[in-house]
Amino acid sequence: MVIFLIVFPFFCALVLALKKKSGLVRRILQFTFCGIIVVADLYFIVTSLISGGKAQYFPETHMVDRLMLVGEWLLLILICYYSFRYKKYYCAVLSVIQTGLITWLELSGKAEIVGYHIWIDRFTLIMALIVGVIGCLICVYSIGYMKDYNSHHSEYKDRRSFFFSMLFAFLGAMFGLIFSNNLIWMYFFWEITSVCSFLLIGYNGSEEAVNNSFKALWMNLLGGLGFAVAIAYSVLELNIVCLQDLVQVGTQVEIAIIPVILLAFAGLTKSAQMPFSGWLLGAMVAPTPTSALLHSATMVKAGVYLLIRLAPALAGNLAGLMVTTIGGFTFLAASMLAISQSDGKKVLAYSTISNLGLIAACAGVGAYEAVWAGIFLIMFHAVSKSLLFLNTGAVENSLGSRNVEDMHGLIVKLPGLAFIMIIGIAGMFLAPFGMLISKWAALKAFIDTNSVLLVIFLIYGSATTLFYWTKWLSSLVAVHHYSDRLKNITKKSEWVALITLSVMTVTLCLTFPFVSSNLIEPFLQDMFHQEVTAVISNGNIFIMGMMLCAILVLPLAVRFLTFGKKHKIVMSYMGGANTGDDRSFTDSFGNEKKMYLTNWYMEEWFGEKKMLKPSLILSTAGLVVLMILAIGGAL
Amino acid sequence: MTTAIALTIGFIILGPFIGGLLEGMDRVVCARMQGRQGPPVLQPFYDIYKLFNKQSILVNNIQDLLVCGFLVFVVFSGVLFFMGEDILLVFFALTLAEIFMVMSSASANSPYSSMGAQRELVQAMTYEPMLLLTAIGFYIAAESFRVDDIARTDIPAIVYLPGIFLGYVFILTIKFRKSPFDLSTSHHAHQEMVRGLTTELSGNILALVEVAEWYETVLLLGVIGLFFVNGTWWGLVLALVGILVSFFFETFVDNVFPRVHWDTMVKSTWMFTLIAGGINLFILVLIR
Amino acid sequence: MKISKSPWIIHYDGSSCNGCDIEVLDSLMPKYDLERFGVVNTGNPKHADIFLVTGGINAQNKPVVQQIYSQMPFPKVVVAVGICACNGGIFKECYNILGGVDKAIPVDIYVPGCAARPEAIIDGVMKAVALLDKKREEMKKEAKEN
Repeated sequence: MVIFLIVFPFFCALVLALKKKSGLVRRILQFTFCGIIVVADLYFIVTSLISGGKAQYFPETHMVDRLMLVGEWLLLILICYYSFRYKKYYCAVLSVIQTGLITWLELSGKAEIVGYHIWIDRFTLIMALIVGVIGCLICVYSIGYMKDYNSHHSEYKDRRSFFFSMLFAFLGAMFGLIFSNNLIWMYFFWEITSVCSFLLIGYNGSEEAVNNSFKALWMNLLGGLGFAVAIAYSVLELNIVCLQDLVQVGTQVEIAIIPVILLAFAGLTKSAQMPFSGWLLGAMVAPTPTSALLHSATMVKAGVYLLIRLAPALAGNLAGLMVTTIGGFTFLAASMLAISQSDGKKVLAYSTISNLGLIAACAGVGAYEAVWAGIFLIMFHAVSKSLLFLNTGAVENSLGSRNVEDMHGLIVKLPGLAFIMIIGIAGMFLAPFGMLISKWAALKAFIDTNSVLLVIFLIYGSATTLFYWTKWLSSLVAVHHYSDRLKNITKKSEWVALITLSVMTVTLCLTFPFVSSNLIEPFLQDMFHQEVTAVISNGNIFIMGMMLCAILVLPLAVRFLTFGKKHKIVMSYMGGANTGDDRSFTDSFGNEKKMYLTNWYMEEWFGEKKMLKPSLILSTAGLVVLMILAIGGAL
Repeated sequence: MTTAIALTIGFIILGPFIGGLLEGMDRVVCARMQGRQGPPVLQPFYDIYKLFNKQSILVNNIQDLLVCGFLVFVVFSGVLFFMGEDILLVFFALTLAEIFMVMSSASANSPYSSMGAQRELVQAMTYEPMLLLTAIGFYIAAESFRVDDIARTDIPAIVYLPGIFLGYVFILTIKFRKSPFDLSTSHHAHQEMVRGLTTELSGNILALVEVAEWYETVLLLGVIGLFFVNGTWWGLVLALVGILVSFFFETFVDNVFPRVHWDTMVKSTWMFTLIAGGINLFILVLIR
Repeated sequence: MKISKSPWIIHYDGSSCNGCDIEVLDSLMPKYDLERFGVVNTGNPKHADIFLVTGGINAQNKPVVQQIYSQMPFPKVVVAVGICACNGGIFKECYNILGGVDKAIPVDIYVPGCAARPEAIIDGVMKAVALLDKKREEMKKEAKEN
């Protein structure tokens, strides 16, 4: 079953790549593929849960290893080809070094250490759920979206079959990544995701897209290099090639901190933490499904997935300090930067970086409450953020803009999409919804581990997060009188994805206690080898439930509180000079003047010009110093 | 448990009366400081009564819904607090209420109201760190987030949390809409953008906002009391004194300082939070 | 309880010489302290019960006065403060002046004077307050009939 999940998406990718002609056949093919993946994924998850939720496979896989080596060389050739074509030689160099290293390890036979290549536990299942279900929803959505995208942007070449096949290849790589236990296998899939994202970002072929895709490539290859060195070190010095063993040893042997910190470094690059945040922002030039796939469900989640796997080995050492400091700092800095952005996708990108920072910080703390919070953050973030990305794309197709300013009064113009967007935003930060529960747990864990700095980062970061989300939210609900309802050109396939995701956002909030007690707590018990008590008490769950109900019954409460009084609708107050339509006023010369309301962006405080560079420098310095300290200390 | 229920019911029924009375006293004291006679102590209740009796006018159909959200969640967070639940959740619920209020005035889509909403949002961003830090301070002092556990500790929390207490009183100025920080809307006539946040609300809807703010006052002063109580009678007396002193201190501040620009507010409050709260937190963690 | 215990005012300056405006503000100052009666200067028609207008009406401010009046919720009372607001006063013959406030909206109380003395303004406001109760009763009756 595992094999099927990994291989089948690649097969789909191949089929779609060959099926150049767009049309009904391709659409049906795509729907079927997505359906098969989702069904297989769910079947696999349910059966594994019934059989105990844990499994290991394949102690010996000589043939597959060789095949992977070939695959790696193919990737190397691909990267070299693009690097030379666009004269970005550093990418080729990075790629050659790491592939060379891995090839040497493999061929010299040093890496042939006994251990299970595939490892499945409850965390893997959660990730499989996210990747399978959300990933497929994004693929479904992209069918309708890309049609509009290509008719909007006729200047770009229509390479949709390539695009779709890359999406499926990406899913396959993600499945591979989460199921692998052998570091070399993991590394192989890790590289595939890097290359796929590079190709997806460069989809447009415009100069900006190409530059940004190379930015993504070199940053991820740098992380890959860290990964390769970590493998080499752990194989040569510790004689370990499996992730689980490394984590086990990492808690006991001091020298293991070196591979751990290198892997953590790779995780940080993949999850776009502060000095490497550039690639994720640059990736916004790509079509929306790419952004949704890369930034919510998969690519960046691979980074934090690795970090959370490493969590026990990060507890209370310098490697952990590095991860928490960078993560916490990123959480604060990115949320501040998000304030100054008006482009909807950029806000989402910064908010993603910021949330990933929080997850990384949770992993770095290494206490089980923190990891609990981190896993929940991953789940809630994946659902709400992909919903928001997809919705922004749908709004952009109907509205012609993805600027938050243009979404002013969306509730009148596109009520359906606006409502879904409100759910998504609420899911990202509002009280009874998921993110907040995790924030609560994270805060508790940070205090329990005496991380004062992290607490400070978290409280300020929460405040700035509150600001930029509420700003967006209040733009949406502004009732702009006399504005016409726009024609909603959202396709059926897009609606399917949007509605499913919003239902999932709400359902996840309602069912999180079950998820916690059935999936996450048993997993934590295995991971930390200690008794795990419920992180969040029943009382608090009850309160959350009550809040959710309170929101739902609010419209009824209104009738009661206003005593059923009839309201008279009047004009808004503009110093008595409202021209009568709430949209313009009479100025001092007696002329009609349009009123324009905008949000606050505080450019001179939180602008990219002001904040980005210092944050990058600070975080780079922190990263380098802590890595040197850790590695030097261990040697 | 019975005291908790009694307190909660007391809060729901008496909350607005206490809040209104405090506001009336505030207005009298304020007038006396300015050498005026001032309105009767019961004036806020007259105001509310009048507002409920006025014609109800709105600029759109979702304003009232959102204002009710504000009221419901303020009361909800107050109930959580007096039931002795998790203090962090109390603050989260209070923030949710705040967001409803901001959305309500942003939905009016009028210049003054939207400006008020944006400023209110800046205010929320300004006090949020200190609010969370207060909850964290209590957690470290009492080893629990639960209000009933915090209230039962032997040593009053203020002993451990002097810096956090000061920081909390500092942000109380923002929360009570008192002078240097009454940017989004003000109780006084000298507001430069009409009524800011509440410009487009009137009649019974405005009355609901007022009632909600009274509830909020009681809740926030309850948190002040939490710094002092320790389960004994003198703890309660101390709490009462602390509440009254800090409330009238806010009135005093209101009369002494002129309104500041928003960035002065953000800067000073964040600095104060970091210095008073942060240092307090750091020391707490060290001696823990 | 009477609703007249809490009269909130909005003050609008038509084409006045500012004399009456200063007196209006004066009556809110510590010496006269209108707040004794619960009067608050809201500056917002949507909160106000009493509309204090000073100065005459000209072509430009007529729609403004009318709009502010229309934005006030019932029950509401209009007080014209100063002789200019009552009938145009010294500016009556000017080419741009239409006359007193009653040229634009129905006025309930006229407070003469140039400038109107604070005592007179307070007196006018108190009369307006009494009227508020009456209008409230009428409103209730109307609501019942409907």
